[in-house]
Amino acid sequence: MTTLFLNARLIDPEADTAPPGWLLIRGGRIAATGTDAPPDTDGARIDCGGHCLAPGIVDVGVKIGEPGERHKESFRSAGLAAAAGGVTTIVTRPDTTPALDTPEAVAFVLRRANEAAPVNIRPMAALTRGREGREMTEIGFLTDAGAVGFTDCDRVVADTRVFARALSYARATGALIMAHPQEPGLSRGAAVTAGRFASLKGLPAVSAVAERMGLERDMALIGMTGARYHADCISAACALPVLERARADGLDVTAGASIHHLTLNAQDVGDYRTFFKLKPPLREEDDRQAVVGAVASGLIDMISSFHTPQDEESKRLPFGEAASGAVGLETLLPAALRLWHSGDLSLTQLFRAMSLAPARRLNLPGGRLSRGAPADLVLFDPDVPFVLDRFALRSKSKNTPFDGQRMQGRVIRTLVAGRTVYGRGAAR
Amino acid sequence: MTFRQRHLLGIEGLAPDEITAILDLADSYAALNRRERKHSNALSGLTQINMFFETSTRTQASFELAGKRLGADVMSMAMQASSVRKGETLIDTALTLNAMNPDLLVVRHPHSGAVDLLAQKVNCAVLNAGDGQHEHPTQALLDAMTIRRRKGRLHRLSVAICGDIAHSRVARSNLLLLGRMGNRVRLIGPPTLMPAGIAEFGAEVFDDMREGLKGVDVVMMLRLQKERMDGGFVPSEREYHHRYGLDADKLAHAGPDAIVMHPGPMNRGVEIDGALADDLSRSVIQEQVEMGVAVRMAAMELLARNLAKTSE
Repeated sequence: MTTLFLNARLIDPEADTAPPGWLLIRGGRIAATGTDAPPDTDGARIDCGGHCLAPGIVDVGVKIGEPGERHKESFRSAGLAAAAGGVTTIVTRPDTTPALDTPEAVAFVLRRANEAAPVNIRPMAALTRGREGREMTEIGFLTDAGAVGFTDCDRVVADTRVFARALSYARATGALIMAHPQEPGLSRGAAVTAGRFASLKGLPAVSAVAERMGLERDMALIGMTGARYHADCISAACALPVLERARADGLDVTAGASIHHLTLNAQDVGDYRTFFKLKPPLREEDDRQAVVGAVASGLIDMISSFHTPQDEESKRLPFGEAASGAVGLETLLPAALRLWHSGDLSLTQLFRAMSLAPARRLNLPGGRLSRGAPADLVLFDPDVPFVLDRFALRSKSKNTPFDGQRMQGRVIRTLVAGRTVYGRGAAR
Repeated sequence: MTFRQRHLLGIEGLAPDEITAILDLADSYAALNRRERKHSNALSGLTQINMFFETSTRTQASFELAGKRLGADVMSMAMQASSVRKGETLIDTALTLNAMNPDLLVVRHPHSGAVDLLAQKVNCAVLNAGDGQHEHPTQALLDAMTIRRRKGRLHRLSVAICGDIAHSRVARSNLLLLGRMGNRVRLIGPPTLMPAGIAEFGAEVFDDMREGLKGVDVVMMLRLQKERMDGGFVPSEREYHHRYGLDADKLAHAGPDAIVMHPGPMNRGVEIDGALADDLSRSVIQEQVEMGVAVRMAAMELLARNLAKTSE
């Protein structure tokens, strides 16, 4: 059984090319691609109408409310949102209630996810028990159970001895440690980035230097332990030289950026709009541009949505009291396309950051258009304009900062292992 | 005269002619307030609810008196003792009160932006009586009125605001108002109490008080909260008083007829020398309190007029 996609623009981040061509799927895998005349096949043939066919997005750091907060997001609702957004693999965060810190809990997540979600779901596990920063979790057993990375999410392991030991131990198992670089003392209680805007609005603020300090500490410990490390969200210009130095020193370090920090800045908070309250907080425009530049140069490897569903009750509060985070599975691609429309990043650069780099770093099979790779694909039209209506999102939670904004880019079809999960003929 | 606002949430949204409109009307109320019979019926039949989520004595009393002198039905609620304790959210509290059809809602809240949030959910006029570290517009207006009466104008003056700028909503509102009316503002305080990026608002920043006071027309002192004195933001009360407390010696650097202001309540012997605060030839602190009632009467009346327009 084969499916032939013809008349497509093949966004190939591995080859860094985007030529017109065709792609053939057999048995859920990519069997062949080409830019010449499409082969004669007796299977299904899909005319892509000249639209873009790219490896499906691998979104690292997605929060799903299972277990604990299923009213905010379930595997089912997140899976449908992902499919509609061109995300074919979700890598989940362990900051659930309770924290995902045992092999049994990881097995539960994988079983639930496979029943409920139409896309691939891979869990990350907590680095310390209960994300409390005191004792490391069973990194070996958790890896065997299917955890693809270890993180305490936005809780920085403040005790450097605990963190150093966890890093040393993780090196033996080859586990990837994902951390949120932030100096916890300096950033305590902060809701926004320090600067003109924060001063005008009278909000508790933290300097972006707290991110640089957190990253510098982590780099020193990585130099000492040799662990594999990923900084989840770099948002400040002053943190970039630290990253450069780590690369030059040959440390096994990668970094990510959030789509919100790449497309919004501190001014967007405006009159205390809590949907723009994020962690780390939105930065100044200079920071945003520097981080976009770092994605273009490859210094920052990945772009993620950091999908964080929050119900209306957690956001309908004074800014200082409101919960942080924004949903992003469905808006990641159109928001990323803003950076293409603005001329900052090419389509292959975008899909290198959203699909190829995360798949490689987490040793996942997707993220590429090469022969033998799973047919996890997204077909999209990058130009279609629309106005985002948050109530039209498939996520249970509707906390998007893009509500009411003009965006461009529409997913036409999403495939996971060759099966259409969104678009015409999608299985329910 | 034009005053176009539906709410008074901050100085930020006010145009210079709107500020002048409030002050002009307030002048007439200041005269009324000095008469034996102080009653007007500008708000007669209207309901004013004061919601204070943070304790206040003088601001609450001032708003209450202002409403009563204008003939409004005034109710004050101490929100700390109410359903907020039982877990009701701010918005639910607002909707509950809104259902009682008030015309004017006076709100103080410990979180910046909370009064804006509340104003979005109710259909009466909302006055911000102080939100977190954001704004305290009626305080800035009463300060402006006091300055205008003492100095004869509210432009081309040099005003020093001294002390805990970082945590002060009074400083923010005053900085915005004085800048908008065309004055030069100097901010004086230790760097730990100076918010980041504040110089971009067009103010000059000084950490040496004597240098900062040089030649100014107005000296505005701010209250330093007790909990910020012990090694957190400044090393000690006595060192703060030595470096940043206003006394006759430091005031000698200001202009010869400079006036001294304080929004109250004062910490005598900390940010201001007790004898100086009582020196009626320099200190206008009591007059500020008096003008507070007049300015609040004016602000509420102007909002009530706009209320009548929208309901027609």
